Amino acid sequence: MSQVETQPMNATLVKGYGPGEAPTWDFYSKCIHCGLCLNACPTYRELGVEMDSPRGRIYQMIQVERGRLPLAKSFVEHIDLCLDCRSCETACPSGVEYGRLVEAARGQIEKYYRRPLLESALRKFFFHFLLPHRRRLEFAGRVLRFYQRSGLEALTRALLKPFPGRLADVARLAPRMERPFFTERLGTVVPAVGTRRHCVAFFAGCIANLSFARLNEATVRVLAQNGCEVVIPRDQGCCGALHVHAGIRDLARDLARRNLDAFLAEDFDAIITNAAGCGSVLKEYPLLFEKEQPEELERARAFSSRVKDVTEFLAGIEFNREMGAIKARATYQDPCHLSHAQRIRTAPRKLLAAVPGLELVELKESEICCGSAGVYNVAHNEMAERLLAGKMRRVDETGADLILTANPGCLLQLRAGVAGSKSRHRRVMHVVELLDEAYSLRSGHTA
Amino acid sequence: MKSFTRELIRLVGRDAVLWRPEDLMLYEYDGLSSLRQPDAVVLPTTTDHVVGIVKFAAREKVPVVARGAGTGLSGGAVTPEGGILIGFSRMKKILEIDLENQRARIQPGVVNLDLSLAVSDQGYFYAPDPSSQKACTIGGNVAENSGGPHTLAYGVTTNHVLGLEVVLPGGEVIHTGAAHWGRPGYDLTGLIVGSEGTLGIVTEITVRLMRKPEAVKTLLAVYDRVLDATRTVAAITARGITPAALEMMDGFTLRAVEDATHAGYPKDSAAVLLIEVEGLLENVEEESDQIEAVCREDHARDVRRAKSNEERELLWRGRKNAFGAIGRISPSYYVQDGVIPRTRLPEMLEFIAGVAEKYKLQIGNIFHAGDGNLHPLLMFDARDEAQHQRVLKAAREIMAKCAEMGGSITGEHGVGIEKNELMPLIFSPDDLDAMRKVKSVFNPAGEFNPAKLLPSGKMCGELRVQVSAGA
Repeated sequence: MSQVETQPMNATLVKGYGPGEAPTWDFYSKCIHCGLCLNACPTYRELGVEMDSPRGRIYQMIQVERGRLPLAKSFVEHIDLCLDCRSCETACPSGVEYGRLVEAARGQIEKYYRRPLLESALRKFFFHFLLPHRRRLEFAGRVLRFYQRSGLEALTRALLKPFPGRLADVARLAPRMERPFFTERLGTVVPAVGTRRHCVAFFAGCIANLSFARLNEATVRVLAQNGCEVVIPRDQGCCGALHVHAGIRDLARDLARRNLDAFLAEDFDAIITNAAGCGSVLKEYPLLFEKEQPEELERARAFSSRVKDVTEFLAGIEFNREMGAIKARATYQDPCHLSHAQRIRTAPRKLLAAVPGLELVELKESEICCGSAGVYNVAHNEMAERLLAGKMRRVDETGADLILTANPGCLLQLRAGVAGSKSRHRRVMHVVELLDEAYSLRSGHTA
Repeated sequence: MKSFTRELIRLVGRDAVLWRPEDLMLYEYDGLSSLRQPDAVVLPTTTDHVVGIVKFAAREKVPVVARGAGTGLSGGAVTPEGGILIGFSRMKKILEIDLENQRARIQPGVVNLDLSLAVSDQGYFYAPDPSSQKACTIGGNVAENSGGPHTLAYGVTTNHVLGLEVVLPGGEVIHTGAAHWGRPGYDLTGLIVGSEGTLGIVTEITVRLMRKPEAVKTLLAVYDRVLDATRTVAAITARGITPAALEMMDGFTLRAVEDATHAGYPKDSAAVLLIEVEGLLENVEEESDQIEAVCREDHARDVRRAKSNEERELLWRGRKNAFGAIGRISPSYYVQDGVIPRTRLPEMLEFIAGVAEKYKLQIGNIFHAGDGNLHPLLMFDARDEAQHQRVLKAAREIMAKCAEMGGSITGEHGVGIEKNELMPLIFSPDDLDAMRKVKSVFNPAGEFNPAKLLPSGKMCGELRVQVSAGA
């Protein structure tokens, strides 16, 4: 039998983890390898191998610490293939905080494993050069918008078609750039409709400002319809979720600190996001400051305790039920970072149940990831496509013509699923977009 | 790559063979322990694949072990003597659902709960419900003859398996049982179910599907004294009532469960009974009243009825996640599995309390009380070897007491490599000899799941558990 690969890429790290944040006994020892997580894990369900199960990934993390497994290619591949959807946390009876473990493992990989040159360059460009900087993002957004609207995109797609590989699949996942960008609205305050009952801050995201500008506007309108004065702080920026998922923790901390400054300047009733992926990391900012820069821990806690998903916030207040009827057969896909990471499952359903005319059919396996997972559908397109295919089969069973969810990434992925399916007329919407439509129908009706 | 690996790849394809040490490492455990790695893991998708692998293994004279999800607690799916591990994680098709005849034909890798989900809209379910049902496979359930909380009313796996397709160690494919009633001759289905992979490898299963009852009521009886709860168990059945499930948790366990699931278990109580009755609407109401009366006679402090389906599911989620919930409060624990006559529950609980005191251990208790199936949870810290040894001694004593009471050393977790040396506690040398003869007919070379189920005779009645710290 051949030996385990023994040559780690970084010569300074021969065995175990390097200095810094790493998976530790306090957290992984809760795993009793009972295997109850297996069937909850999208990659295990597809591949059927222990290495790509939550139990197996934790076991590999332990073996790396013990020096039985090098922090090298095999380990990195299996940790990379994890969607970080945290479905296993819902399944786990022992309360293992898997997300915390896999993110720490990725932090180690980022620090002590040298990725291939092209991959490394792409990561640098996307995570370091682009995401943290609003101006650069806007510029890239304008270029992309021109490309999409000038017909160049259609041309490229036609040109890519004959080529094998996944280029064409990945190309169709590019988010559509909307006009105008929501960045114009940063630094403004939107008054409540009627009596002001809450003063909230809106977290607008980074790419969402460009490609989900209409969703952001709808969210602000819905909040205003619910007695919220909505402040959109100017100096906010990317939440750092993608960085945390990628193990780029130092930069994630920089981004977190920028948001702490932007949102702690005033005392808001809540800090609201419409992106489950952002919300989950915003609520977990304190984890970033447990070991590093602990002087920020208190501020991070103060910030995180105020963060609320928009569905969570609305379902928690006496929300406005004055809605027009929307006659549709709808189904709801749970965003992983809402249902598993934030444990929010009833709030969106409660809101949808209040929409007159809407018939909600439960989606089987709605708790299983659609394959979006941040940039996963680009980085691991093949697995993402497999998950999406399974998801669309379940959607077909419901006979729904309206697919609802509560996270921009899931919206993109599900729209790609609908575009590639036979029933292309189906609409994919965020829960707040539907509420916005229902409110506008009502006011239209009374006017 | 060895020629051994190349041959397996030729049989099932490159994508379906694991042979690198960093992959095989992940198969040195199941729900029980870390032991020797397999020499290869093969992931077949068809019966023909399995036949090919088994014939190859016979030629090479290497052990063959089948594995479902690897959730078993007695080491049935690990390879203590190396060899080929056949993983059924990709052989998970539901081949046929025949609701008119209440049966389904499935591949062994189908997850227990997935089968129930597939037929739930039509009002059916698959009855055996081990606590691991959301992950464990029905193939594994067949090997272990698994039960669950609803065993009391529905019986165990063997009562729900109608027929099997089995690959024998020589590569022969046999079909046992029948989809419909009446097949003369030996009951080979009954023999294979529960044989823990030592007689053959199951590649297809025909199971019975049950119609969901019209009504289900779940009661939670709360006690200030454990003894009162155990008395109620015998009293309920003495009245001629058979609940669908009758579970007991002691105060220590339910506090852990409550912290984990917030199901509504009263944390200040000494014990609770979770009782479920089902059937026709009228009967269910009447039986619930009768049960409540019995509980109160035995000094139940409170008897609650789940008001909604959500509340019921929450109570059950608490119960089914109980073992894991213990993982939150103790770095390591050892779940025991024994059976006694339910009438002797009060006596047994006192005995366990005595054992806990003698070995200075914390022992939680969670029972399928209705059928006398005990799951004492022995808590320890695996980093403390002396404590680990005390746990093994304590567990051994509890097992011996079960046997002495006329019970068994396992109700549902199986024997595997954990308890095979304890088999003489409940079987005579002649009994065991008869079993060995059966095994030698099917598995003469002993290469199917070796070193499990039957005692090797090399050790003197020891439990074998290797607990690795933090895993």
